[in-house]
Amino acid sequence: MAPHWHRGKAWFLGDNIDTDQIMPTPYLGLKNNEDLAKHVLSGNDPGWPGRLGKGDILFAGLNFGCGSSREHAPRGLKGAGIACVVARSFARIFYRNAINIGLPLLVLPQPVSGGTPGQDAWIDLEAGAAKLHADGPALQGIAPPQIVRDIIAHDGLMPYVKAKAAAAQSA
Amino acid sequence: MAQTITEKIIACHAGRERVRPGEYVEASVDQTWSDDLGAPLTLGLLEQHGIGQVFDRERVFITSMVNAPAQNAHFAAVLKQIRALTGKFEIPLYEMGTAAIHNSLGIEMGRTLPGELIAGGNSHACMAGGLGCFATGMGSTDIAAILATGRTWLEVPRTIRYRYTGTAGRWVTGKDLMLHTIGRIGVAGADNAAMEFCGDPVNALEVEERLSMTNMAIEAGAQNAIIEPDAKTLAYVKDIATRPFAPVYGDPDARVSEEILIPIDGLEPVIALPFLPGNTRPLSAVKGTRLDQVYIGSCTNGWMHDMRVAASILKGRRVAGNLRVIIIPSTTKIHHQCMKEGLAGIFLEAGAAFSMPTCGPCIGAHMGVLAEGERCLSTSNRNFPGRQGHVRSETYLCNPAVAAASAVKGHLCGPDDL
Repeated sequence: MAPHWHRGKAWFLGDNIDTDQIMPTPYLGLKNNEDLAKHVLSGNDPGWPGRLGKGDILFAGLNFGCGSSREHAPRGLKGAGIACVVARSFARIFYRNAINIGLPLLVLPQPVSGGTPGQDAWIDLEAGAAKLHADGPALQGIAPPQIVRDIIAHDGLMPYVKAKAAAAQSA
Repeated sequence: MAQTITEKIIACHAGRERVRPGEYVEASVDQTWSDDLGAPLTLGLLEQHGIGQVFDRERVFITSMVNAPAQNAHFAAVLKQIRALTGKFEIPLYEMGTAAIHNSLGIEMGRTLPGELIAGGNSHACMAGGLGCFATGMGSTDIAAILATGRTWLEVPRTIRYRYTGTAGRWVTGKDLMLHTIGRIGVAGADNAAMEFCGDPVNALEVEERLSMTNMAIEAGAQNAIIEPDAKTLAYVKDIATRPFAPVYGDPDARVSEEILIPIDGLEPVIALPFLPGNTRPLSAVKGTRLDQVYIGSCTNGWMHDMRVAASILKGRRVAGNLRVIIIPSTTKIHHQCMKEGLAGIFLEAGAAFSMPTCGPCIGAHMGVLAEGERCLSTSNRNFPGRQGHVRSETYLCNPAVAAASAVKGHLCGPDDL
C-alpha cells in the first residue's frame, strides 16, 4: 500500500499531561468542539489555543491524558483540527474517549527527540507511522486492537454501536 | 483455569466461563452514572442518535454536583438543560436537597455491590471496587453507549496484586497506604491494570478507608482496583443493597502478572506534593509548609468516617486565622448525619466553613478555588497543575487527620503536633 503522508506543524509536550491541563474545569460547560478549541491546553500554557491550527500534529510523552475522564479534552483537540496526537503512551480513559469521538491517536513508544516547535512533521494514519523529516526514517507506531479499528472505521462509538445493533436485529 | 476476582467478574458479565488478560470482551453493566459535566454530552448523544430510552432506569442516575448549586448564569443554563434531559429520559437526578458526589452516592445507595460490574462516568468511579466489584471510569460517549445498550467493551486487565504487611505509625489511613503506593510505582505504574489490594493492614481498615484507596487507583493509571469482600464489607452493604448480589472471590491459585510487597512498618502519614499524586513525601519531611487553605472532602475523603476523624481533632479547637478551612461531606446523607451527631457544630465552632455536598474545590470549579500562588492542603485525589484553580496554584494531598491538624496549626503538621 502506498504511504499516505499528511504534513502538519509539529508541537511537543512532556509526560503526564493531564486532562485538566488539556481542558481546564471552567470550560466544561461548553459543548461544541470549536468552542472548546478556544481553550485547549490553556491549563498547560495559555498560548496553546493561538498556536494550534488545523492539521497540526501533537507529539507527547508518557501517560498523555491522565486524570479526569472529561471528554471535553479530546473534543477540544478535535475542534482545534489536530490531525493526530502521537504519544509514547496514553492514559486509558483519554484513549477510549478520543477513539469514541474520532480524534486520531498514534502510540509511538520510543521518544521523539530533536524536534523544533512549529516545524513540519508527517503522519500516516493508515500505516500508523510518523516522521519528523520529509526524507527521515518513518517511526512505526503500535497498531490498535481490532475493536478500536472497528470503532474508527465506523467514525466513532455511537455509529459502531448502532451498526452492531442493526446487524443483530437483521440476523 | 484459575482466575482472579477481576477476571471472574468480567467473565460472568461477558457470558463466559473464563477470560484472560489482554482479551477484548463485551460485558453487561450493572450500574452507571453521570454528572453535570458529562450528562449534557451523554444525553445529547442519545438525542442525536435517536435513542428514545435508556436500557434500564434503575441502573443509571445523574448528579448535578460540580457547578451546582449554579455558580453563575452559564452553568445555571447547563443545569437547567440537565433537568429537562433527565426528565425526558426519565433518569433520576440528584441535586440540591439530595445532592451528592455520584461515586459516593452509588455506594451509599447500595448500587455497587460485591460481584457487580460498574462503569461510571467519572475517573474516580473505580472507588466502588473497594466493595469487591469491578468498577471503572469512562467518558461521556462510552456512558451514552451503555445507556443505549446496557453493555460496554473492555480489555481484560492484567492483575497486579499489592500485598501490604507490617504495622504503620499512628494516624496512617487507607489514603496514606494509597499515596505511598502511588509514590512507589508512579502515576502510570498500574497502567490499564487491575490493582488488587490485600494483606493484614488492608483487612484491618474500615470499609470507608478501603474506599479511599480504591478511589485513587486511577492516579496510578489502573483500569480498576479491587478488594475481596470480607465480613466488614458484607456488613457495610447488608442494609443498603438495592438488589440481590453474589460476592465473587478469586481462586487461590490464580496467576497475577505481578505481586508487589508493600511493607508499611514505621510508615508516617504521606503527603503528595505538586504536581503529581506520585510526588510523595513522609509528613515529617514537609512539616511547617505554609498553607492558604485546607479542604476536607471529595469522593476520596468525604465519608462519614473522615468527618468523624476531622471532628475528633477539631473538637474544642479553633482553626488558625491565617488560612481558610472548608469541610464538605460527599453526600447529603453524610451532611445530615454530621448535623445529627453534632459534628457540624464542632466544625462551625472551630471556625471552618461547612457546606452541602459538591465536588467544587477538588476540581477547581467553585466553593474554594485557588488564586495564583496559593497553596491548598487537600484530602482530595489529584494535584496536577491548576487542578484547584489558577495554573500557578498548588495542591498538597493528605489524609483528613493531617488536614484537620494543619488547619488548627496554620501550617502543615500532624495531629501529634497539636
